[in-house]
Amino acid sequence: MAAVLESLLREEVSVAAAVRWIARSAQSSEDDPGEAAALRSLRPLRKEFVPFLLNFLREQSSRVLPQGPPTPAKAPGSSAALPGRPGGPSRGGRGARSQLFPPAEPSSAAAAEAPPARRGGRRRGPGPGRERGGRGPGGLEEGVGGESPPWAAGRRRRSSGSPGSPGRARSDPPNLSNLEEFPPVGSLPPGPAGTKPSRRINPTPVSEERSLSKPKTCFTSPPISCVPSSQPSVPDTSPWGHGLPPGCRSLQEEREMLRKERSKHLQQSPTPACPTSESGSPLPSRTGNLTAEAADPARVSSRQRLELIALIYSSCIAENLVPNLFLELFFILQLLTARRMVAAKDSDLEPTPGAPDSLESPLFQSVHDCVFFAVQVLEHQFDKGTLKLLAENERLLCFSPALQGRLKAAYEGSVAKVSLAMPPSAQAVSFQPETDNRANFSSDRAFHTFKKQRDVFFEVLREWEDRHEEPGWDFEKGLGSRIRAMMGQLSAACSHSHFVRLFQKQLLQMCQSPGGTGGTVLGEAPDVLNMLGADKLGRLRRLQERLVAPQSSGGPCPPPTFPGCQGFFRDFILSASSFQFNQHLMDSLSLKIRELNSLALPQPEPSDEDGESDVDWQGERRQFAVVLLSLRLLAKFLGFVAFLPYRGPEPPPTRELQDSILALRSQVPPALDVRALLQQGLRARRAVLTVPWLVEFLSLADHIVPLLDYYRSIFVVLLHLHRSLVLSKESEGEMCFLNKLLLLAVLGWLFQIPTVPEDLFFLEEGQLDAFEVDTVPSEHGLDGMPVVDQHLLYTCCPYIGELRKLLASWVSGSSGRSGGFVRKITPTTTTTGLGAQPPHTTQGLQAQLAQAFFHNQPPSLRRTVEFVAERIGSNCVKHIKATLVADLVHQAESLLREQLVMQGQDGGDPAQLLEILCSQLCPHGAQALTRGREFCQKKSPGAVRALLPEETPAAVLSSAENIAVGLATEKACAWLSANITALIRREVKAAVSRTLRAQGPEPAARGERRGCSRACEHHAPLPSHLISEIKDVLSLAVGPRDPEEGISLDHLEQLLGQLGQTLQCRQFLCPPAEQHLAKCSVDLASLLVADQIPVLGPPAPRGLERGQARRLLHLLLSLWKDGFQVPVPLQLLLSPRNVGLLADTRPREWDLLLFLLRELVEKGLMGRPEIEACLGSLRDAQWPKDFSEELATLFNLFLAEPPMPEPQLRACELVQTNRGTVLAQS
Amino acid sequence: MILTKAQYDEIAQCLVSVPPTRQSLRKLKQTFPSQSQATLLSIFSQEYQKHIKRTHAKHHTSEAIETYYQRYLNGVGRNGSAPVLLELANEVDYAPSLMARIILERFLQDHEETPPSKSVINSMLRDPSQIPDGVLANQVYQCIVNDCCYGPLVDCIKHAIGHEHEVLLRDLLLEKNLSFLDEDQLRAKGYDKTPDFILQVPVAVEGHIIHWIESKASFGDECSHHAYLHDQFWSYWNRKQLLPDSKAQPLTLIEIFVL
Repeated sequence: MAAVLESLLREEVSVAAAVRWIARSAQSSEDDPGEAAALRSLRPLRKEFVPFLLNFLREQSSRVLPQGPPTPAKAPGSSAALPGRPGGPSRGGRGARSQLFPPAEPSSAAAAEAPPARRGGRRRGPGPGRERGGRGPGGLEEGVGGESPPWAAGRRRRSSGSPGSPGRARSDPPNLSNLEEFPPVGSLPPGPAGTKPSRRINPTPVSEERSLSKPKTCFTSPPISCVPSSQPSVPDTSPWGHGLPPGCRSLQEEREMLRKERSKHLQQSPTPACPTSESGSPLPSRTGNLTAEAADPARVSSRQRLELIALIYSSCIAENLVPNLFLELFFILQLLTARRMVAAKDSDLEPTPGAPDSLESPLFQSVHDCVFFAVQVLEHQFDKGTLKLLAENERLLCFSPALQGRLKAAYEGSVAKVSLAMPPSAQAVSFQPETDNRANFSSDRAFHTFKKQRDVFFEVLREWEDRHEEPGWDFEKGLGSRIRAMMGQLSAACSHSHFVRLFQKQLLQMCQSPGGTGGTVLGEAPDVLNMLGADKLGRLRRLQERLVAPQSSGGPCPPPTFPGCQGFFRDFILSASSFQFNQHLMDSLSLKIRELNSLALPQPEPSDEDGESDVDWQGERRQFAVVLLSLRLLAKFLGFVAFLPYRGPEPPPTRELQDSILALRSQVPPALDVRALLQQGLRARRAVLTVPWLVEFLSLADHIVPLLDYYRSIFVVLLHLHRSLVLSKESEGEMCFLNKLLLLAVLGWLFQIPTVPEDLFFLEEGQLDAFEVDTVPSEHGLDGMPVVDQHLLYTCCPYIGELRKLLASWVSGSSGRSGGFVRKITPTTTTTGLGAQPPHTTQGLQAQLAQAFFHNQPPSLRRTVEFVAERIGSNCVKHIKATLVADLVHQAESLLREQLVMQGQDGGDPAQLLEILCSQLCPHGAQALTRGREFCQKKSPGAVRALLPEETPAAVLSSAENIAVGLATEKACAWLSANITALIRREVKAAVSRTLRAQGPEPAARGERRGCSRACEHHAPLPSHLISEIKDVLSLAVGPRDPEEGISLDHLEQLLGQLGQTLQCRQFLCPPAEQHLAKCSVDLASLLVADQIPVLGPPAPRGLERGQARRLLHLLLSLWKDGFQVPVPLQLLLSPRNVGLLADTRPREWDLLLFLLRELVEKGLMGRPEIEACLGSLRDAQWPKDFSEELATLFNLFLAEPPMPEPQLRACELVQTNRGTVLAQS
Repeated sequence: MILTKAQYDEIAQCLVSVPPTRQSLRKLKQTFPSQSQATLLSIFSQEYQKHIKRTHAKHHTSEAIETYYQRYLNGVGRNGSAPVLLELANEVDYAPSLMARIILERFLQDHEETPPSKSVINSMLRDPSQIPDGVLANQVYQCIVNDCCYGPLVDCIKHAIGHEHEVLLRDLLLEKNLSFLDEDQLRAKGYDKTPDFILQVPVAVEGHIIHWIESKASFGDECSHHAYLHDQFWSYWNRKQLLPDSKAQPLTLIEIFVL
């Protein structure tokens, strides 16, 4: 591989030819024959060139970026020094992932100089499965690579070999024809740690910064915030010599201000994570003086060589030959923002004039070189996608004022950002009457179980919300048993599906918003230039808040995680560990993914009216974003659950084991046929929707999955797609720039996932070509529309933000401590041209006409019309329900009543009744369609008119109205014709059962319930108060009571008066209260009759006088007659217990009872036969002998009464005389 | 009526092991003349219920029941018209109505072939005339009318109060022109658990957003707040997205409508 580079450097081969050579298998006719010949001999190496180049650059830069921000994945050389690592500058911070392109044999100690060649040769040898870096011999995967002893051994051996080879003066070109034998020559001075740059990368032991990440994900490198840094000093006077524009000077001041604020804050904080110092006085630290060195274009060494490599490197990037675009950008920016070369090396780092074009001499001999290289790459790279922050980088200005000018221009021309207005998170899923009501459950029990489960689920969720951030709180310990108990109750399959629906809805609701995902909302970062330009203190304070805000930084390639609320759902699934639940969840997720994936997102054409279309596009983008984010979330959880049974920390240890697992797994059908969906998506040009969620799904696959044929073919398709997304290409029907960028970002990320074998990316071309996707370029799909915006890009790929953080950290003058304020990447979006959309043949001519009409109108018009139609159609159905159906129900009720009157009280079989009613009423349902049509006709035009702009031409307006009417009618009528009969039936059925129930217990009382009179002001005493008062009287009468206790007669009369009022004003009276009042009044009457009420009198409590008692009884009688609307249990007056009260009184007072009985009959409250029956049964009770006799006399007296009532007073006197007679006789 | 915590504690302090009788309530009224009878009764009732919940089990062991029944039999054997059952309840510090229930159950076990059903017992307690034994009927009746915390009459009073306050609340809402859906309307829509009223347009009260109102018509002590929160309010929240902030607890208007 080095040979290729060498030949490039010697200009034997042109860069263009080399890139063609790398990218394509076939030779191009444009190739110079001489070049072709030179390259042909190297053909077998083509596959390895890119890995080699990347590794080479990383290594070369390793000394420059010791203190830099995180090491990008698969970027072996550009490591960041980890705190606490002695000799940090050398090779600290290299992640395990850096072994993507290491030699297969680590112990080739002597090959310190030759590795390129050796490795290239080796890589050809073993099959793809063996190329995986860091694997032990025979092993399929290494464990935690960083700590593996073989590496340490190799390193020792290398270091021992290197001192003896001064090799710096070596100038012979490498022997290209004999790569295997390429001699090891130490052409580089030994580094401070005694190592030489080499492609063989020493793994970095996993340090505590990484302890959180999983093994094999060490490549994610430490978070920026942990990199030790001293306060870098940016001199106040411009050290660059080149005249700074005046704006820059004020910028310098602003920056200085910022630094002061920051250091102030750091001093205040009790435990600063990193050593800091006052600006301008750098502190020496372990990693040396980190003051940024002034980069000077004049001091660049071997300019030509750097230019060449930069050219070929950027060509590789442009052609998508690198696995992860953003990783490379990150690397370049690291170079650009390199602070200074490792101090210890300075003495050794004299340029080697003798070998300017040799690979053996270090590529980057100084910061100047790094910056030069970076700028060179950027010059090639960023003519389209632009990093605005770069515009501010002074070094850029020095090295290429032209590029800076372009950047600025690009920035100013960039489109406005669109922010996703998401609903706040953590809302509960609302009760959904249509799916959650009783009718959807098999039994009452299932319904109530689910009711309970819903409550338990939210209880668990709330507890998690409250407590999951507490130290020491453990999900499993805290909630595990409760969750399992709950899952245990879900017995019926139908309950599972209900619960899964709830779970999924809650998942979508909580995790969709950016806050819910735990990612930083980058889009809201205020523009730095504006911010610094303004001298408002408030702004600075906001800035400060941002600076101290914790940032989620997992490096540019974080492993898949479940941030924020997602963690709850993941842990819930794990804790529930319910097979049924998982299966139902997978089913449900798959269904929802299919549904959303095939959702017909509106496909409006980019409008000519720019202003308007921009507004409209925001809605489109928002909808797309919501769908995309939902899909990603669902797919992630589907992947999680689907691969859960197979997940393990370690890949299978032996090939045999792996083969047997493969044989087993290859016959398991996938949970969701993602390959078909991917192919569909590509064909329909909806990759921008399909691929991001597919990536989420695959990111949670286990180690075996990429080896399965099914999934491997998916990876190949994805790889092909990746290769085809060349950002610089823009043609008709091509994908929009940001869409491409999103796909590149997610795919690049996927290729870095630990479970995805590294060798997948560098497949043989033959394999790639076999999977040509047949897209129809003429058809207009989502891909061609600017559906992705900056915000969505950053939401989906928060790791892109690492680039900004890196640049921001440079601007802020620190090496990555801050990173909070970052500016947006603002590439210009491209709009693709109009494409003819073939009319849908399935729809009628009318529909085609409508389509054609919409085609020529702004998309908002279509949306408005569709919205109106949708709402009016729905309203129409509601209106029919409220009018026609309600009328029919009323008819049904009156018919039913007639029926009941005719057939007597029971009315016959309810089911039969229902049938009769339905057969009479359902035909009327036909009216629904006519009425529905009228409704839509009447309502739609107004709504369309109100929502469309005033200036809409009349013809357009009327067409829009007509279409809206048509669509609304179609919608409403389709529903009504399908459902009206069932609806009427259901409503009538409910009405019938209601009526029948109402017929039940007390039809009389129910029939003539009176309300209070119109003039009533509802000032009557409350029923509760009256019951309470009467209860007090009863308890006093029943006793026990204190000797002085009693009731005043006034109070008693007042109480009965109040009772009358309350019974008049029925505002507060409910039937149970009235029933109790009635019963209490009867009890009171019995006590009056038995003279048991102690009345407070002047001397002492005594019994009532007979006249008083009668007055009270009269009051009660009239209340019973006119006041109560519930039946009064008057028969209780003659219950043995109440009559027995008389037994205790001496002398017994029978006249009041007789009086009462007569009055009851007279007022028609009780019939004579009824009283006679009661009296008859009284005689059966056991009484003292004398009492029985008196009772018998009373009975005879009552029977002897003439049926016609006599005047009241006389009757009483008669009773009194009679009683006297009775007593005299006894 | 809003009470301070100190006021409430003072009242609750006076209610430790006080029998739920007319006399106790009268004494309470004399001690706290500034408080309304409704408030005092509500607090009394809640405190007493807490007390009963704690001690309920020990009165229901078969030994205890047997002892009580024998004491009752002995008591009425001596004098059927003396308040035997009521005094027994007061003596063992148990609610008279509940004591009546225990004795009635035990009595029916002796006198009926099949063990009495709950509905039969309830019906007899509602109307003691149905009790076959005249003496027991009088004793039970005496217990019920003298118990101010338990029993069918008290239940009815509580129910009536609840109903009245719902009506009052509805009137208030109508008076203030607040549009709402009531329980019946919500139930018709198929909701399984519903508060009394859901406001169709939320209102702000003292800085809190009110989405729905549940009238409890009882004194809102910490315990009942907690219980209602668990039994009802969270359930409403779970169903209706009624609160803008996930951490905020449902607001209750118990205090505003304390008896």
